[in-house]
Amino acid sequence: MLTAEEIHEIKEEFHLYPYKQAACIEALKVVQKHRRWVSDENVKDLAELLEMSADEIDSVATFYNLIYRRPVGKYVILLCDSVSCYIMGLETVLQHLERTLGIKYGETTADDRFTMLPVPCLGTCDHAPAMIVGKDLYRDLTPEKIDEILNSYK
Amino acid sequence: MERPLTKNIRPDGKPLFIKEYESLGGYQSVKKALAMQPKEIQELVKKSNLKGRGGAGFNTGLKWSFVPMQGEFEHKYLVANGDEMEPGTFKDRLLIEGNPHQLIEGMIGTAFAIQADEGYIFIRGEYTYAAEVVAKALAEAYEAGYLGNNILKTGYKFNLHLHTSVGRYICGEETALLNSLEGKRANPRAKPPFPQVSGLFGQPTIVNNIETLCNIPHIINNGAEWFNGLSLTPGDGGTKIFGASGKVKKPGLWELPFGVTLRELLEEHAGGMRDGLKFKGCLPGGASTDFLVEQHLDIRMDYASVAAAGSRLGTGTMIVLDDKTCPVGMVLNLEHFFAQESCGFCTPCREGLPWTEKILQKIENGKGEMKDLDILQFHTKFMGPGNTFCALAPGAMAPLQSALKYFREDFELHIKEHKCSWK
Ligand SMILES: Cc1cc2nc3c(=O)[nH]c(=O)nc-3n(C[C@H](O)[C@H](O)[C@H](O)COP(=O)(O)O)c2cc1C
Ligand code: SF4
Ligand code: FES
Repeated sequence: MLTAEEIHEIKEEFHLYPYKQAACIEALKVVQKHRRWVSDENVKDLAELLEMSADEIDSVATFYNLIYRRPVGKYVILLCDSVSCYIMGLETVLQHLERTLGIKYGETTADDRFTMLPVPCLGTCDHAPAMIVGKDLYRDLTPEKIDEILNSYK
Repeated sequence: MERPLTKNIRPDGKPLFIKEYESLGGYQSVKKALAMQPKEIQELVKKSNLKGRGGAGFNTGLKWSFVPMQGEFEHKYLVANGDEMEPGTFKDRLLIEGNPHQLIEGMIGTAFAIQADEGYIFIRGEYTYAAEVVAKALAEAYEAGYLGNNILKTGYKFNLHLHTSVGRYICGEETALLNSLEGKRANPRAKPPFPQVSGLFGQPTIVNNIETLCNIPHIINNGAEWFNGLSLTPGDGGTKIFGASGKVKKPGLWELPFGVTLRELLEEHAGGMRDGLKFKGCLPGGASTDFLVEQHLDIRMDYASVAAAGSRLGTGTMIVLDDKTCPVGMVLNLEHFFAQESCGFCTPCREGLPWTEKILQKIENGKGEMKDLDILQFHTKFMGPGNTFCALAPGAMAPLQSALKYFREDFELHIKEHKCSWK
């Protein structure tokens, strides 16, 4: 069941588009904001609210990189795996994250704190390597810097 | 040298909000534009030789002129393309975060020129700070009467909204972007009909890049002649935000006239290569442009010159390859990106890109055979221009085909030595 708050927030988005199906991505974002990820049940509920089929909603949800259809941890780490970061030492940064967190891409730490995912170029290539944790961007990454950053997310 | 786009951006890149922006002459172009005829603005921009900064380099005023100006429409739309997911590209972020009102002002002038009444600023989901900055600036612009149902009490109506995306490079392709804005999967659309005639929700629509739009206030304020005079290349108006990343001494962004040489960018602005490294090549305008190498250092950075050298100016932000980074590894990284980001709609791209990636991985792992190079070569033709539904796949082939041309011996070395000698 979607909460009253979620339904309210989704309906607010309807005003920005000529018909409510166009707010499909916005609706997925709202659910994810409240629940971290979008479950099968959420998809069905959204289908009812938007008067679309659940398959249609799922085809949209699974298309986009930043809609999660599986559970994720409290903070999602998006590590840039594109070309400038590759040149500037992505491998070292990735290995350090894997070792420190004990997870690989797509996995979540046992304490449910972090999920790590690769992401295309974060548009900060002059400060590569780069990653996002939660909503925050970190640049010019080194193993030392990463330790400090991870410790600040409890 | 004038730098209209960036002169008001603070060195630390912190955003300029409305009071300050207005005190520096901001929003003058809105008053001026609203007193002009829409067609007059279109002509002015056409004459300014402003070309689209999203990569394709099409004359902006000419593009606008395809929007029907007669007849009844439910809406006409203007969309700012802030998807910026092309690897190696980081210029639009600076313009959005550093001076959001310049973008909004440019959008008002543009909207008036095509008589759009609704607009969206489409920003990639990872740019959370840029989205915050735009949301605040939009609220300020509404408050000040520059946006809304009766702009500056002239009766002109333009409502502008922020849309944050949820990832996928293909959203940057303008027709895919429109599908995404409609809440759908971001597959590109067939053209014709072109978006100018039937775009967002079936209505006439212009999609322009962020940097393109940020030029509009300056053209309206200072005229076409002035704008052409900013450039060293006749026919390409204005300045360009150039950039460099990779192992140069001072990676960054610089607003410079069209027509500066690649050498000047690399040596003066980017400070040359880091100590102990040599320049091996660069992708001059993002991941989907062909490599340029040492013999090209003296070419001028404008659309025609870069094209004559076999590449594209693209987004103008170059990725520099040094002699200690494996070129096969770099191309593998690029093709991995393109394979992941293929929207899957057409077969050559959906199947061909993962295939290409696999072969490159095999070569990089020392398991390649000479005939693999022929297969790669075949793919560059098979996914070249005209063989796929949109320009993503041909873009993906650009770095590959040029790497096969300029770095062939490095590919062969991997195959002969059964390993990557850069590791
Ligand atoms: C795969 C692909 C991705 C693109 N990504 C972007 C982008 O992120 N930003 C952009 O402005 N243009 C992008 N473009 C180009 C747009 O389709 C379109 O040409 C551009 O937004 C038009 O604006 P302009 O005329 O102002 O350059 C992309 C094109 C393709 C084929
Ligand atoms: S070329 Fe690739 S991205 Fe473009 S439509 Fe075909 S599958 Fe989609
Ligand atoms: S390639 Fe990593 S930020 Fe651009």
